[in-house]
Amino acid sequence: MSQKKYWQGFGQLNDPESFNKKNRNEFQEDLPFGDFESQELLDTKSPRRDFLKYLGFSTAAATMAASCKTKVRHAIPFAIRPDNVVPGEAKFYATTYIQDGYAVPVLAKVREGRPIKIEGNDLSYTKGGTSAAVQASVLDLYDTHRLRFPQIKKGDKFEESTFEDIDKAIMAELASAGNVVLLSGTINSPSTLEIISKYPNLKHVQYDPVSYSGILQANEASGFGRKLPSYKFDAADVIVSLGADFLGTWLDPIGQAAGYAKGRRIDEASPKISKHYQFESYLSMTGSNADERFTHRPSQTGAVALALLAAVGGGATAPDIADAKLKAGIEKVATELKAASGKGLVVCGSNDANIQTVVNAINNAIGAYGATIDFAAANNSRKGIDKEFADLIAQMEGGQVGAILIYGANPAYDYFDAPKFAKALKGVKTSVSFGYRLDETTELCKYIIPSHHFLESWGDAEPKAGVVSFMQPTIHPLFKTRSFQSSLLKWSGSDKNYDAYFKEYWQGKLGGESAYSKALQNGFVETTAGGGGSYSGGALSAAATAIAGYPAGGKDELVLYQKIAIGSGSGATNPWLQELPDTVTKSNWGNCALISMKKAEELGIKLDIDYEYYPDKPVIKVQSGNNSIELPILVMPGMNANTIAIAVGYGRGDKLGRTAAGVGKNVFPFASLSGDTISYEAINVTVTDAKRKEKVAQTQIHNSYEDRVEVLRETTLAYFKKNPNEVKEWRQELVNKYAKKTGDFRKEGTLYGVHDQPGLKWGMNIDMNVCNGCNACVVACHAENNVPVVGKAEVLRYHDMHWLRIDRYFISDEKNPDDVKGVVFMPMMCQHCDNAPCENVCPVAATTHSEEGINQMAYNRCIGTRYCANNCPYKVRRFNWADYTGADSFPNNQNQKVVGKLDPVVHQMNDPVSRMVLNPDVTVRSRGVMEKCSFCIQRTQHAKLQAKKENRPLRDGEAKTACQQACPTDAIVFGNLHDNESHINKVRFDNPQRLFYSLEQLHVLPNVSYLAKIRNTEEMPGGTEHSEHGG
Amino acid sequence: MTNYKYILNRLTLIMITLFAVTVSASIAQDSTKAAGGNSAGIEEGKQLFTSKCQACHSGDMKSNSIGPALGGIEAQWDDKGKLHEWIRNNIALTASGYPKAVEVSKLTPVVMTPFEDLTDAQIDNILAYIDAKFTGKLDQPAPAAGAAKPATSESQNNWIFAIVTLVLALIAITLMFVNRRLKRLANDVEGIPTVEPLPFFRNKVYLATIGIILFTVSGYYFSKAMINMNRQIHYEPLQPIFYSHKVHAGINQINCLYCHGNAWESKTAAIPSVNVCMNCHKTIQKYNGEQLTDASGAMVDGTAEIQKLFKYAGFDPQNPNNWDESKAKPIEWVKIHNLPDHVYFNHSQHVRVGNVQCQTCHGEVTAMNEVTQFAELSMGWCVNCHRQTAVNFNKDAGSGNQFYSIYEKFHNDIKSGKMDSVTVKDIGGIECQKCHY
Repeated sequence: MSQKKYWQGFGQLNDPESFNKKNRNEFQEDLPFGDFESQELLDTKSPRRDFLKYLGFSTAAATMAASCKTKVRHAIPFAIRPDNVVPGEAKFYATTYIQDGYAVPVLAKVREGRPIKIEGNDLSYTKGGTSAAVQASVLDLYDTHRLRFPQIKKGDKFEESTFEDIDKAIMAELASAGNVVLLSGTINSPSTLEIISKYPNLKHVQYDPVSYSGILQANEASGFGRKLPSYKFDAADVIVSLGADFLGTWLDPIGQAAGYAKGRRIDEASPKISKHYQFESYLSMTGSNADERFTHRPSQTGAVALALLAAVGGGATAPDIADAKLKAGIEKVATELKAASGKGLVVCGSNDANIQTVVNAINNAIGAYGATIDFAAANNSRKGIDKEFADLIAQMEGGQVGAILIYGANPAYDYFDAPKFAKALKGVKTSVSFGYRLDETTELCKYIIPSHHFLESWGDAEPKAGVVSFMQPTIHPLFKTRSFQSSLLKWSGSDKNYDAYFKEYWQGKLGGESAYSKALQNGFVETTAGGGGSYSGGALSAAATAIAGYPAGGKDELVLYQKIAIGSGSGATNPWLQELPDTVTKSNWGNCALISMKKAEELGIKLDIDYEYYPDKPVIKVQSGNNSIELPILVMPGMNANTIAIAVGYGRGDKLGRTAAGVGKNVFPFASLSGDTISYEAINVTVTDAKRKEKVAQTQIHNSYEDRVEVLRETTLAYFKKNPNEVKEWRQELVNKYAKKTGDFRKEGTLYGVHDQPGLKWGMNIDMNVCNGCNACVVACHAENNVPVVGKAEVLRYHDMHWLRIDRYFISDEKNPDDVKGVVFMPMMCQHCDNAPCENVCPVAATTHSEEGINQMAYNRCIGTRYCANNCPYKVRRFNWADYTGADSFPNNQNQKVVGKLDPVVHQMNDPVSRMVLNPDVTVRSRGVMEKCSFCIQRTQHAKLQAKKENRPLRDGEAKTACQQACPTDAIVFGNLHDNESHINKVRFDNPQRLFYSLEQLHVLPNVSYLAKIRNTEEMPGGTEHSEHGG
Repeated sequence: MTNYKYILNRLTLIMITLFAVTVSASIAQDSTKAAGGNSAGIEEGKQLFTSKCQACHSGDMKSNSIGPALGGIEAQWDDKGKLHEWIRNNIALTASGYPKAVEVSKLTPVVMTPFEDLTDAQIDNILAYIDAKFTGKLDQPAPAAGAAKPATSESQNNWIFAIVTLVLALIAITLMFVNRRLKRLANDVEGIPTVEPLPFFRNKVYLATIGIILFTVSGYYFSKAMINMNRQIHYEPLQPIFYSHKVHAGINQINCLYCHGNAWESKTAAIPSVNVCMNCHKTIQKYNGEQLTDASGAMVDGTAEIQKLFKYAGFDPQNPNNWDESKAKPIEWVKIHNLPDHVYFNHSQHVRVGNVQCQTCHGEVTAMNEVTQFAELSMGWCVNCHRQTAVNFNKDAGSGNQFYSIYEKFHNDIKSGKMDSVTVKDIGGIECQKCHY
């Protein structure tokens, strides 16, 4: 049997020796002293004197800066304090996150009138789940590059206008415009749709940046109507995804991840989990979570679907599939789907109506309809039909459109033939944009009436049939913006604005004031949705014939995908999302061409330590027809050998702001119209070496465990069933070895004393079986704890500041690393060791242990020796190398020569408008101090105080960390370990066979425990961790 | 000739003692005059009036405040019993339709608070005090002058002490020189040769001693000054309105939480907004209390200060019923108690959970006109209090905060007598991350 191998990067895989050598230093780049000495000013050979000079000067300067004059501070109370506002206490308002039609019920945390954090709505169907984009959306509210007033284009320039003037001008033009078209993103707001339907002679075209037209059309052809269903992943025992990234970006990732996690949770008494197969061309985030993966060329998707249909007995002829492994995989999957009888589910990410028709036939054959696919609760988040939009462009070109109103759509960027749309738009006499920023489409319009952020507006959304989620304003509009619905009402001659209209509409629907108030308070109402339609296979044969005739791919093929953070481009302007490392590639600030290991070999790229260690990556040129692009590569294992994958959403217009400017490149032009739908694949591309290198910011190798392997534990279900106690036994061995006398590993195995913990003791558990690496927790932590954004330049210097990171490990055979058997995601933050190595080495006692088991960090005490970070085995401490937050007394610290110039995004985050997002309960750290996860101390302290005020013991679950609250799959459990009834204790007690502490043998006694990941395969590899045992 | 020395030493001692006695006798204070003899009833009435009535009724009995002027009230009511009833529960009396009650209830828009626990004797005492005050029978004890007097005599005392010390020091030095001179003379007489001493500025022992003393003293003050940098104890800035806490919280006994109710619920105590001020000042438009003076001793016109408030509120005293709240502008107060940004402090934790009196940290605000920072607000000051203050742990007595029921070990220790109380420190109250996060 070949040996299982865990590895984080190619350097570690191929040259572990030099990898470890390079990682010996705590901070991997050279310290800036060399630079310092080489400067002219400092060339004089008298370093000691200089040192004394600087010392004296800086002491004197610090004294003067600190003492000259005490500032007179003012305290300005409300003129008239609203009844429900308590300064210093947060209020939570139920509202709805909405982006491109995807709506999520959320709560906005409002402090002193400022929304500062988004949390999931526990009452709603999401059960409090969120995503990275949802968590980051609050920062968009304070985007410094928002449009701040209505504007009219005069010549080439926009000029500020007033609502009165712009209304007058637009209404005059609309009156004589003839055909008026409203081009919008998907709208599922019932009240808005009513306004649109009542607007006289308005044609409404909906457009999605990444289209679901293929599924909509296929479902229509299969008798379900032009609808998207809700997929019940919790009800499925066998899940097959044909390239659908359903945990990350496809359709309803939050709801789907929650359902999926239900099936993945293990009951140790009778271990059983759902089985997930993924067929795909590149290594997606969903694919990394799969139990078994099979790769194929993008052009083969149809063939795979057809072959699967034939194998499940759906009455199709199987096409010829040359790849033996793939072929065997399809057979195996088909057998399991059939055996699952009604508990199987097949989803497909393709936008090809024919392929989706075949997938519908498979789902029908395995009895998925009604069992795992629910058309009654239809998903309303995508409605755009590609043909309708193509027709609209044709009409615009033909001069049949007199006026176009554009809301929530940006085809000038994300349509594959954007220049064509832009040209057509210029030909339309009256063009009005309700844009939020000066995006690529808004820039081309004549009038701009900027819209509110969702946190500033009233509104509603119907994400699923039967669920209406409400929006209520949580802050007065920051700028002169107006809701798009108010504009429509005004122009249609109504005297009501949308706020009044909305209230009247829903009071009428819900039956009165009190029901309306209740709905707003809960944030949503649920009704029973009926209907659903039944399957008809009429369209199948035509689809199958069409697929059989699909051309074969060329030598190399390109597939476009979305990153969780950036999506189709909506996240590109958000600093938190740009800084968020991608789940699988661990790269941020830009897109790369993902290539397979075989392709790397072909291009002569050596996957050695240098490739891994230095950010400079070779650049390749990808060409398809007239489109070509040059991007740096990232080599990923587990890709199809001839597939290149590139993320969309980058390369935004330069007017969108300092965050998006110059980051990555736009690959939407590589998409194409194939038939009636847009294909996000290019099946014949040529790849050439551009013979140069570009820097790619990646965070994976920034932290090394010095070849310690007991960081994570993972095994297969078959092995786990056979050896259920392996982890437990390993832990027992530690006790036998280090605590021979008493059997008390905690007390006996140490030289140090034991901390008294008389009251509470906080602990956390992370179930790695349900963590899918979605990163919602990382952004939640960013928002909650005022974690600074450092920009690409600093990430390249290993200065990223995330308190919580998600480590990615590939699992493969030692001999065949390209055959990725699985990917493990391990959220890693301060483990709050009860025997913390960092505490012992701090010379000024800036990091100490609390009676509640929290490893505390006192920023104002820290002098920046960084000994603690050096001594931390988990590498979770973050040092403020520069003044990222503007908290220093010396403004020049942000742009010193020695620390390097900071990226514009850092300055954007320090803008007074952006700073409104800061959590006032958490200190903003200055340069030269260490920081790290605090177990959200502000939240635990708040919960404790609340209990004290109410004169009662603390309830379990009352104190939640930000990461725990954000998690859509409830992978994180947090609570009081001294409370025997607490959830955290139950989880630890109920899962003795999977429970482990990372690097437990170091006897640092972490307060964060993990549950080992179990993959549902029959493989019998070495064991749950790789080298100590198997050798 | 040892007699000389002995006599000289004695002489010095006697002289010093003599001076000290004389001086302390001369600065001894005259005993204060006894206050005028008032009957005990009026004294009780006065106390009751201050605690219960003065919040709404003017203390001079002549002018209207929130409630009407009370001078001559007994004459206005025919039936004394009904007046008592009115004071105890005016709402019930008005409801019963008693004509005088109905008439009085229309005098002001504000309903008077019922005082059902007052006895007839107490009410009589209050009425007696009102009458005495109104008719001027009661000699005003002039508290303002009384308060100023000890202050001036204290500063005079300080001066006298300083002068006396100086004089004594001069005498001591003179005597020292005389003593030395005489000693030399005596030596001359006895024929012992004298070594001419070095002048003090060349004496290395002197120089070193002075150097060390200077270094120690200046070092002490320097480090103290550095530690106190940015601390603002006794900070008393000028405020946009001369708002006297003494008048509001002291003389009129308004509860701190009436205006700073936020301290009960939140981390910040919050300065009240204009509408809170206007709750009372819609009717209190004039200041009729004792003369106010600011820190420099200059007279302050209370009524003019109230007018400033009206200006912020956009309130027209001539037309009190038409106040438009939305026209109010916030008042830019100068913040006195400033904590650094890296300190988390929560008022509700201290005031509500810890039962700490406001005065513990803010000083006798009830005696301050403009507020001055009473405490150092340094970390040492916080930590000392956390070390000494006991937490409300009386679980068994039923009065303890139930939150602390989880501290089983401490409860057992209290029971067994190992501990007599649990301080804030014992439950982690001096750990860094209780206040710094």
